[in-house]
Amino acid sequence: MKSMRMAAACMAVAALLAGQPAAAAEESDTAQGIAEYREMLSDGNPAELIEMTGEDLWKEPRGPKAASLEQCDLGMGPGVLKGAYAHMPRYFKDADKVMDLETRLVYCMVNLQGFTAEEVTKKPFSGAGQYSTDMESLVAYVVAQSRGVEIAVPQEHAKEREAFARGREIFYFRGGPYDFSCASCHSRDDQRIRLQDLPNLTKQEPARAAFSTWPAYRVSQGALRSMQWRLNDCFRQQRMPVLKYGSQASIDLTVFLGVNANGGAMNAPAIKR
Amino acid sequence: MLRMNALAPACAGLAMALSAASASAQQAGDIKVDYDALVAELKESFSEKGLAKLDRLDQSDMQKACSRADAGGELPADVSGRITKEAMASIKPPADGNYLGDWKAGEKVAQNGRGLQFSDTANTVNGGNCYACHQMTKAEISFGNIGPSLYQYGKLRGDSKEIVEYTWNKIYNSHAYMPCSNMPRFGAAGILTEQQLKDVMALLLDPKSPVNDDSVKP
Repeated sequence: MKSMRMAAACMAVAALLAGQPAAAAEESDTAQGIAEYREMLSDGNPAELIEMTGEDLWKEPRGPKAASLEQCDLGMGPGVLKGAYAHMPRYFKDADKVMDLETRLVYCMVNLQGFTAEEVTKKPFSGAGQYSTDMESLVAYVVAQSRGVEIAVPQEHAKEREAFARGREIFYFRGGPYDFSCASCHSRDDQRIRLQDLPNLTKQEPARAAFSTWPAYRVSQGALRSMQWRLNDCFRQQRMPVLKYGSQASIDLTVFLGVNANGGAMNAPAIKR
Repeated sequence: MLRMNALAPACAGLAMALSAASASAQQAGDIKVDYDALVAELKESFSEKGLAKLDRLDQSDMQKACSRADAGGELPADVSGRITKEAMASIKPPADGNYLGDWKAGEKVAQNGRGLQFSDTANTVNGGNCYACHQMTKAEISFGNIGPSLYQYGKLRGDSKEIVEYTWNKIYNSHAYMPCSNMPRFGAAGILTEQQLKDVMALLLDPKSPVNDDSVKP
């Protein structure tokens, strides 16, 4: 928060020096207003309720095998939740794949509970005015167990390093009628779309600030949004087709974003506008 | 002034911290990503919906070269020259020779951010979404800063033939003047109609538009 204020102050100073007084002062007031609004919101985050729903879902025997998810291995051992999200995506030997949290949850629901992948991924994101989907609730619960834990997305296994390299290419991949890539909006400092700040995801500090605060409760949508949703909606705005849930590209990109954020402290689910 | 002087060193510090070498360049290291395999992976990772077909993942030569340049690679002079040349060749001047439409309609185009997303339909009226990246009028304070401010665009530049044609060309295909520009090719990519382009031109150049006259309400 402090660094955001400082950045806003610096922008104002820079603009004043460049001789555009009125607009800059208004802008910095607006930025400060938004920062204060966010601070106020964070006092009561509706994500906490969703986390509780997720905890129930985690512990409840469900599916054809009437099993809970308590033996699900998110990379730190079966049932270990503390810090698990801060170390994902990561390579899983049993699946011989790099998986993010959401694809790993699907894996556990299929293998432990006996669901089919199709049924658990049929509608991963809640619609307007709907309560969180099971997947969103589970995500909220698991992610919350990494609050304060240092982000350490691993790059030890060859497949983790390959995922990063592909994720980087995807980040810069321009396509579609608008010629946009992720980098069009997220590779320079202090940029905005309208009044929305755009983090420079190629640099450590802003990458940490962004990665550590997703998933998040989106006030404007009244919904808990996961990282898979975040990427899906970015690609919509890039005018790309629909990013498939749990697709290889989504995981590669998440590895790229996560590794760039390594060393930051998780603080999610956060609350956003 | 005192406050600014006091803040200056802090700002310099912040700037240095922000410009610390990115993790990405080092991490990508020596792993070579096969281009065809990557495109195949992308096509496997997306599904078509509405207007948004998988062919949007087939890069043009420009998109491919610019992706490489954006990622820190080289943009060789001959490639850069070819991009600007092909962009210039793609530009069609207005059929009736009249570049300026109605600024009021242009303001609507500038405000509208819809169009060509997988959530849109063929009936969606595409917008130019100019305010997403540019300041334009004094009245609209919700503007982005990815592109330069266009406030008082016509007032500062006049309406000579050169300025009018340059402005048309820039909106039609920005790569004609700046290879690998971030700005969509509003004319060449079929995002806006000829009439919409003329209306945006009027918003920028008409002395009576709110871009050039603060007393006019958009």
